[in-house]
Amino acid sequence: MARTIDITPPGRLPLPDLRELWEAREIFWRFGMRDLLLRYKQTALGVIWVVIQPLLSAGVFSIVFGQIADIDSGPVPYFIFSFSGMLAWNLFNGVVTRASGSLVSNQALISKVFFPRILVPLSSVLSVMVDFLVAGALLVVLLLVAGIGPGLAVLTLPVWVLLLILLATGVGLLSAALMVHYRDVQYVVPFALQTLLYASPIAYPLSAAPENLRWLFEVNPLTWLLEGFRWATLGTDQPPTWQMAAAVGVSVVVFLGGTLVFSKMERGMADVI
Amino acid sequence: MTTVTPAIQVQHLSKHYTIVHDEDRPSTAAESVLRRIKHPLTRPHTERFTALDDVSFDIQPGSAVGILGRNGAGKSTLLKLLTRVAAPSEGRIRLDGRVGSLLEVGTGFHPELTGRENVFLNGTLLGMKKAEIRRRFDEIVDFAGVEKFLDTPVKRYSSGMYVRLAFAVAAHLETEILAIDEVLAVGDAQFQAKCIERMRRAADDGRTVLYVSHQIQTVTALCDSALFLENGRLIQHGSVDDAVALYQTTREKAVMEQVDIDRRPGTGELRIQRVDVGAPMVRTDETKQVEFLVNANPDFSGQYFVSAHVVDAHGATVLHMDSRASNLWLDGTQEQKVVLTFKGPWLHPGEYSVDLFVCASGILDSFEGAARFEVHPVLPFRGTVPDGLAGAVLADFDYETR
Repeated sequence: MARTIDITPPGRLPLPDLRELWEAREIFWRFGMRDLLLRYKQTALGVIWVVIQPLLSAGVFSIVFGQIADIDSGPVPYFIFSFSGMLAWNLFNGVVTRASGSLVSNQALISKVFFPRILVPLSSVLSVMVDFLVAGALLVVLLLVAGIGPGLAVLTLPVWVLLLILLATGVGLLSAALMVHYRDVQYVVPFALQTLLYASPIAYPLSAAPENLRWLFEVNPLTWLLEGFRWATLGTDQPPTWQMAAAVGVSVVVFLGGTLVFSKMERGMADVI
Repeated sequence: MTTVTPAIQVQHLSKHYTIVHDEDRPSTAAESVLRRIKHPLTRPHTERFTALDDVSFDIQPGSAVGILGRNGAGKSTLLKLLTRVAAPSEGRIRLDGRVGSLLEVGTGFHPELTGRENVFLNGTLLGMKKAEIRRRFDEIVDFAGVEKFLDTPVKRYSSGMYVRLAFAVAAHLETEILAIDEVLAVGDAQFQAKCIERMRRAADDGRTVLYVSHQIQTVTALCDSALFLENGRLIQHGSVDDAVALYQTTREKAVMEQVDIDRRPGTGELRIQRVDVGAPMVRTDETKQVEFLVNANPDFSGQYFVSAHVVDAHGATVLHMDSRASNLWLDGTQEQKVVLTFKGPWLHPGEYSVDLFVCASGILDSFEGAARFEVHPVLPFRGTVPDGLAGAVLADFDYETR
């Protein structure tokens, strides 16, 4: 039997309707599939780009930071060290970038058809995850070749990946919702991400940061996640417990915060986009 | 008393938009924050625009309801609220079942994706389940007639194919309530007829169809009742004929109001005072009549003539009827009642407007959109041509063998 739908003016603090989200889950998959299909249409190399991109950036980092700046990456070869960092960074960066622009680039849909809008930014996680998995497989190959094993720490890897996704999705949801009102966000996000790329220990280990600026790096949640990710993939030093706890706390809070702001603004989106 | 739950219950529904006046509009976030800091207490000067004003109605399941009204009357806003695209400001809507919407053809179609991929994407967006789409896939493709191009990106489709495929997806929605906005205006005559047929069948199956259109003919063909909106208010909810009549009169009134007599182009020495069109809806082989009154100007010397243009919905002048051709010259010192009748050629079905001109050595009055009439879709031929007849106008023709 059909269910009755009640439409009322938006309340003060609307929460996402989980049942509705579940019913619309196919939209989530379709959007993700669409992104994947579209990304490499009319490209000659197709999916090979997924592999080439992180390899190239790790290569550039190896020359700039590994050779020119001569950064010491400890027992791990610099190339693998930066490749692992890039892997985590690309996951975060990809989700934030794609999610934040997703509503505005689907304007026509938002203003014409109803479906839970949150699925649009959320679905961008899917295609980024595919990239992540492909590049991740490459890392496994690199690790095997170099004879590096993270040991039991690898068991925590899914947690770090999940936390990275939560944090990135939270930020992505927030910026997507804000971008509907203020297109400024589309200029702020790439700039902020670029700053973050250099301000986080991706191309260099945390130990390479100068002592007097250390605190700056240590308050950056991305540092915690990167350290954890490296621990789980390369077997570097285990991050302090407070960092691991804070990483969980911040990621969950940012994700929930982003979701709440998004739901609050969701119903007015068609009016302003 | 019936115990049937209405398919749609709308109670005291209102929708307001806030319009920020241009000079005050913060265009960037920084500007808006700065302003808040500089003037913490004053809000930017805004105006509230009410698109829908306290609208209430019930719609029974299985009915096909037309929503009529002029531009800006709130039709599209109402549909947006019913389909949950936008949220109401006040009031509530209760829907007994899912709503499928077809607000604009091809929304959600992606040009790079193939026809097949787009059917699945679009169907999902409109609320169909994967299994549902799969089950009806052949039917959809068949309805659209694009079998051969299923694996071609839709950016290579002709606009007709694109529209047909997009409509076909929406037409196969299995939702209890179906909302359609103006989409039947696209496509060729045959496809339109097919769409109307499809919608009517949906209503016969017990589904509720909401249809917004400017095309009176399709509303009359499809709907069994109608809502008439004006300035955001519900003026009339009842039979299609009543709503159509209201729509016609307000539209004609609007044309008169819209063109303030003194602001029309022309020297203004003489002005057309009143225009009457014999019948707003005519069959194409009927005689059409336009009657108008030109005022008297005692200072006017000499004679003048009048001229009428019949303009189709695309803005093309189809007919030009100049009174000099029928040897009519008029005396400007007398009030003149002029009657124009014309029979041929046969016009294509659709809406036409009539522009009237009063001229002597120059143009004295130019009254664009002085009258409107609509040509009924039923043609006076014995047979039917599936694709419709091409050409600027229709001929009164016959074939026989000797």
